[in-house]
Amino acid sequence: MKNLKYIFALLVFSCSLGFAQQTPAPAQTEAFTIVGATAHIGNGEVVENCIITVEDGKITACVDGTKSRIAHIGKVINAEGQHVYPGFIAPNSTLGLQEIGAVRATNDTREIGSMNPHIRSLIAYNAESKIVESMRPNGVLIAQATPRGGWISGTSSIVQLDAWNWEDAAIKADDGIHMNWPNTFTRGRWWLGEPPGMRPNKNYAKNVGEIQMFIAESKAYLNGGKATMNLQYEAMKGLFDGTQKLYVRASSEQAIRDAIDFCSENGISDVVIVGGYEAHKVSDLLKAKNIPVLAQRVHRTPNSDDDDYDYPYKLAKILVDKGVLVGLENSGGMERANARNLPFQAGTVVAQGLDKEEALKLITSNTAKILGVDDRLGTLEVGKDATLFISKGDALDMRTNILSHAFISGRAISLESHQTTLWKRYNKKINGN
Amino acid sequence: MIKKYLIITLFLGSFSIFAQEHFPKNDGVKSTNTNYTAFTNARIFVTPSQIIEKGTLLIQDGKVVSTGASVNIPANAVVIDVSGKSIYPSFIDLYSGFGVEKPKRQSGQGRSPQYDASREGFYWNDHIMPEQNAIDHFKYDDKKASELRKAGFGVVNTHMHDGIIRGTGSLIALTDAGGDAARVIDANSAQYVSFSKSVKSRQSYPGSIMGSMAILRQVSLDADWYAKGGSKVTDRSLEAYNANKNLVQIAEAGSRANAMRFDKVGDEIGVRYVILGGGDEYERINDIKSTGATYIIPLDFPKAYDVDNSFLANTLELESMLEWNQRPTNPKVLAENNVRFALTPHKLKKPGELKSNLMKAIKYGLDETKALEALTTVPAAVLGKSSELGSLKKGAYANFLITSGDIFDSKTTLHENWVKGNRNIIESMDVKDIRGDYSMNIGNTAYELSISGKPSKPSAKVKSGDNELGSKISYSNDWVNLTIKTADSTKNEYLRLVSKVGPSDNLSGKVIYPNGNESSFMATKKPKEDKSSGGMGNGKNNGNGKEPRVIPVSYPNGAYGFYELPKQETILFTNATVWTNEAEGILENTDVLIKNGKIAAIGNDLSSTGAKVIDATGKHVTSGIIDEHSHIAASSINEGGHNSSAEVSIEDVIDPEDVDIYRNLAGGVTSMQILHGSANPIGGRSAIIKLKWGESAQNILNKNAKKFIKFALGENVKQSNWQSFGRFPQTRMGVEQLYIDYFSRAKAYDAQKKSGKPYRKDIEMEVLAEILNKERFISCHSYVQSEINMLMKVAEKFNFNINTFTHILEGYKVADKMKDHGVGGSTFSDWWAYKFEVNDAIPYNAAIMHNAGVVTAINSDSGEMSRRLNHEAAKSVKYGGVSEEDAWKFVTLNPAKLLHIDDRVGSLKVGKDADVVLWNGHPLSIYSKPERTIIEGVTYFEIERDKQLRETIKRDRNKLITMMLEEKNKGMKTQPVKKKDKRMFDCETLDINH
Repeated sequence: MKNLKYIFALLVFSCSLGFAQQTPAPAQTEAFTIVGATAHIGNGEVVENCIITVEDGKITACVDGTKSRIAHIGKVINAEGQHVYPGFIAPNSTLGLQEIGAVRATNDTREIGSMNPHIRSLIAYNAESKIVESMRPNGVLIAQATPRGGWISGTSSIVQLDAWNWEDAAIKADDGIHMNWPNTFTRGRWWLGEPPGMRPNKNYAKNVGEIQMFIAESKAYLNGGKATMNLQYEAMKGLFDGTQKLYVRASSEQAIRDAIDFCSENGISDVVIVGGYEAHKVSDLLKAKNIPVLAQRVHRTPNSDDDDYDYPYKLAKILVDKGVLVGLENSGGMERANARNLPFQAGTVVAQGLDKEEALKLITSNTAKILGVDDRLGTLEVGKDATLFISKGDALDMRTNILSHAFISGRAISLESHQTTLWKRYNKKINGN
Repeated sequence: MIKKYLIITLFLGSFSIFAQEHFPKNDGVKSTNTNYTAFTNARIFVTPSQIIEKGTLLIQDGKVVSTGASVNIPANAVVIDVSGKSIYPSFIDLYSGFGVEKPKRQSGQGRSPQYDASREGFYWNDHIMPEQNAIDHFKYDDKKASELRKAGFGVVNTHMHDGIIRGTGSLIALTDAGGDAARVIDANSAQYVSFSKSVKSRQSYPGSIMGSMAILRQVSLDADWYAKGGSKVTDRSLEAYNANKNLVQIAEAGSRANAMRFDKVGDEIGVRYVILGGGDEYERINDIKSTGATYIIPLDFPKAYDVDNSFLANTLELESMLEWNQRPTNPKVLAENNVRFALTPHKLKKPGELKSNLMKAIKYGLDETKALEALTTVPAAVLGKSSELGSLKKGAYANFLITSGDIFDSKTTLHENWVKGNRNIIESMDVKDIRGDYSMNIGNTAYELSISGKPSKPSAKVKSGDNELGSKISYSNDWVNLTIKTADSTKNEYLRLVSKVGPSDNLSGKVIYPNGNESSFMATKKPKEDKSSGGMGNGKNNGNGKEPRVIPVSYPNGAYGFYELPKQETILFTNATVWTNEAEGILENTDVLIKNGKIAAIGNDLSSTGAKVIDATGKHVTSGIIDEHSHIAASSINEGGHNSSAEVSIEDVIDPEDVDIYRNLAGGVTSMQILHGSANPIGGRSAIIKLKWGESAQNILNKNAKKFIKFALGENVKQSNWQSFGRFPQTRMGVEQLYIDYFSRAKAYDAQKKSGKPYRKDIEMEVLAEILNKERFISCHSYVQSEINMLMKVAEKFNFNINTFTHILEGYKVADKMKDHGVGGSTFSDWWAYKFEVNDAIPYNAAIMHNAGVVTAINSDSGEMSRRLNHEAAKSVKYGGVSEEDAWKFVTLNPAKLLHIDDRVGSLKVGKDADVVLWNGHPLSIYSKPERTIIEGVTYFEIERDKQLRETIKRDRNKLITMMLEEKNKGMKTQPVKKKDKRMFDCETLDINH
């Protein structure tokens, strides 16, 4: 197996010489079968000795090899002792929208203005980002490229992470609109002589009112004759006809409750809470209204000195236990480079008592459902895209998250990157191997 | 009537008191008044503890002539009988800004920083202004003076509240009469210092508290050198500093943490500061006591938070609620621990708030005598003026208060405040108190009149039967005028009553009817109901009689603090998987015994009498995690005001109360290097700490550790990513030259010093010389290979080695050169892409360096990541195939080696410190977590105890919220909820220090 991996790696390595980025894999032409692996389906089930067949980019079979005998078709990949997972999904991400944190010229994450539903991340998504290719060796194969800033940040798209350009990267273009719910607290602006620290936001109602007015104007525009084209209002259409989701970033209990009421009152039915630091206090309402949560970064410190030290580690577990549909998101400092640690964030929740397969759902099937791409992604079920990978061991633990193969829609993608290139070059120079 | 004329006489007389005999007089004859004034039959507080009942106070010419039970009253004395009244020495404020306007902040935010001084002929730093004298800016403010006198003050020590060394303050008597000639008792009464920069200058340095501490030390050294004639040029700041040396030195600390810092600096430069406290001294009273300093304590007790809104209440932290609950006990705790302190109205919105806060402190247990001393004899003694101020002993200034009774009783009226023999009436004693309930008949109607409010400005309520009638009362010059609206509400008609106040308690005079007819009336005063019975034992009215409920202090005093610090124990772990980090490797089914803070034994079937036995079957025991690079537990991180700041030390600014200490314990961390930031090529000195949660700043320092300093390379020191173009260096080329420059100078400095010839002691050079002499080690922030290579070459040129390249990301490109140089590499596991210079960072870096034979560690530079450094180490298994045992050493033994503390920590070896972690599983597994973290045999984190602490927090929070709701319901003022804006420091965090 090890040799195979090396041959594979060398092959890709030699192909990529002279290019900064890896070459996207061509479309699947030949069927293949993965045999002998432990398959983590992504819906909570584990299948030992699994046989998975892939044809035309889709999973055509996934069975327990000890129970059912099916024919191996095409190339056979013997993955005995290894594990197969559905590709991990990084929602609410700026992958591909900025390359170097401190270099402004590379920043395409936030537009000016506060109401930007018309701003589309997809066309700025850099399929050739060095950061994007560094996701794949860790099993992160799908992302939701999401703009930032303002009250309404813009429209996201769901992309696969092995593409020539944004068009062939797109899995679902313009899937949803992202909103930042006004903060219930504001930071004292010391340079204006305000005391430092956080204080209740006096303008909360005013801020909410601004968004309310924008929604009302959008509706009025859409109901009217549209005598003059208004790009912002026009872009809100999908929220009202149910074709787009609204992702609302809200952290406190009050903000979450207000945001949910706001959406109900405005006839916005498909809502996702993003962040949701206090979502567990609203779990009954979330459940009743079928509102899922993209729980904020697991690896962060609690908001308050008084909070449990492990609160961010266990938020997702608490929500799962309460019956809320939860996925993990990773926005925050250095979010792009760090997105490859998504599996280990799921692993950290396991340390808080969540079942491993449940934790896996937080970055696979749950997220696919939340993003509305569960018809194609999120599990190893028949009919789904063959977007999956083989790992030598448990992919939620960094010691054993070591990939031998990865596929996006059946395409055998490169597991090399700018980083592995440098590794090989310098390991040879320094250590002679 | 006689008394009234007396007042006028005294006012006239007072002018002559202040007449200056060497001044010519052109508007009349020279009039000299040598008369005495005697106050008889008073309860006189000569000092707070020396009380004379029915005594006489005799004053003349603005001073006390004598005080006693039987004083000979000279014939030429005006005698004022004040029987029933009390006389106290008036109050003194040591920390005033009276009459000295605070300068306005220099505008110009956002411009490129200013590195050089704006002044010529003074010290090189604008914030050092010993030459500034408050008296040059003093302008008597009669309005403020009146406010202060009303609050009981007679004398204030004022100064310019601006700058680090602020120059001299002046002692001012609060008398309107006599001009500054009478007011200025001492023009240069004290020198004031602080850690805050002047608002008059935008000079960047110092940009942190540690920088302020460093400059206070250096100024002292420079002043000595200057005094010895070392300087060829004139420095008016240093001249003034030397001239002010023998004055009282008053330091604005403003918090107990800064008080400890001033005490430390003071010890080093031979100054015993009088310290302005923060009101939080009670939290670590033993430390405060150990300073031996005198404190000036503000009484600005926090108001209760408005917790009506449960969402907002939820965000309020326990620490803030405890401040509200506990701070009123601060003066009591200080007094009980024999810390000498004065009280100040500083920080109160108005001096008038002093009394209610003082009464609150007394209610919370402050002894009344101590309270009075803190306002009189203590401040007088601090200023070295005990014979003139703070008492009513013979020869003291006639600065005293006449009150209607006990000064700490809410019902007591302050009648008069005499300053230097000059009378100031606050509430006239001669105004007869007409407050009370009366009944009267006018025509055929019976009325009930009730008068309340201030004696000189009363208010009235009039009732007829059950009807309350509109009324207005005025009272002046012994005449009472009362207007009552008639009961017929359809008409706007009034009864007008006029009464002269006489010896009788009743009011009588004439009533004028709406139609103009007049007749007489008599309002009969009802006898007082005795309301005091059943009240407080001493009959005093201090508001609510209930004992205040105070939550005990914990260490630290907030969430997850210990009411009692955990103690060292003998602990036996049995049947564990033990990661020794020694030749024995990983031992299965093994016991570990901890005793006297050390690893006592590792083996099988161990036992020890009295040991706490912990069954570790299925669990792992390791040495504690060590983070080579952290910025938690510090109140500032960068001193970026200069391109070198070797003179500053993180040890000066350790914050042992940072909750991230506790959170890191919960991640199995026991030791850390707290590094200066990367704002400049030569940064500040490090603090190597152990995470002894609950201990003081001094006690968490690892005193056995060697000395370290932070250096930095690349984009940060070039200031590439923000608008700053004026500071050298702006390129990597400049960085090399800067190092060569500083080390060349340090070498010359050291040679001069060792030659025995005179030299100007320079803390920065001393520190750099330590590096050259291999007594201090460099941990250098580094990213790209060119600069890493450069620094090694510079060091070799000066014959020393770089110790560590910290969070080095391109170490893998020069690992062979690093090995040859002998430098270690401490790296991030997988950070990259956040700036241009980390674009070639790879997660295989640790593996390559390690395989090349470089001592390799993985560090955090993040208070969040450090608490799961085991994850970060485990990534080296994934990226580069490092063995688990070696990967584990990346966060334990190897950083210990890099910090030169591996003789005590970093592995499990008999005799080493018992810094031990019990994990519920494999320590490199994502699924494991620490159950117990022990430092030197003391269990600082334990997962079951953590659950209890969570319950305690919940209980205390709800208790306090209930108490604050009660407070609001009682009508007390509240403040809106606020929340600390906690900043997670990393290398690039610049302090905001004004």
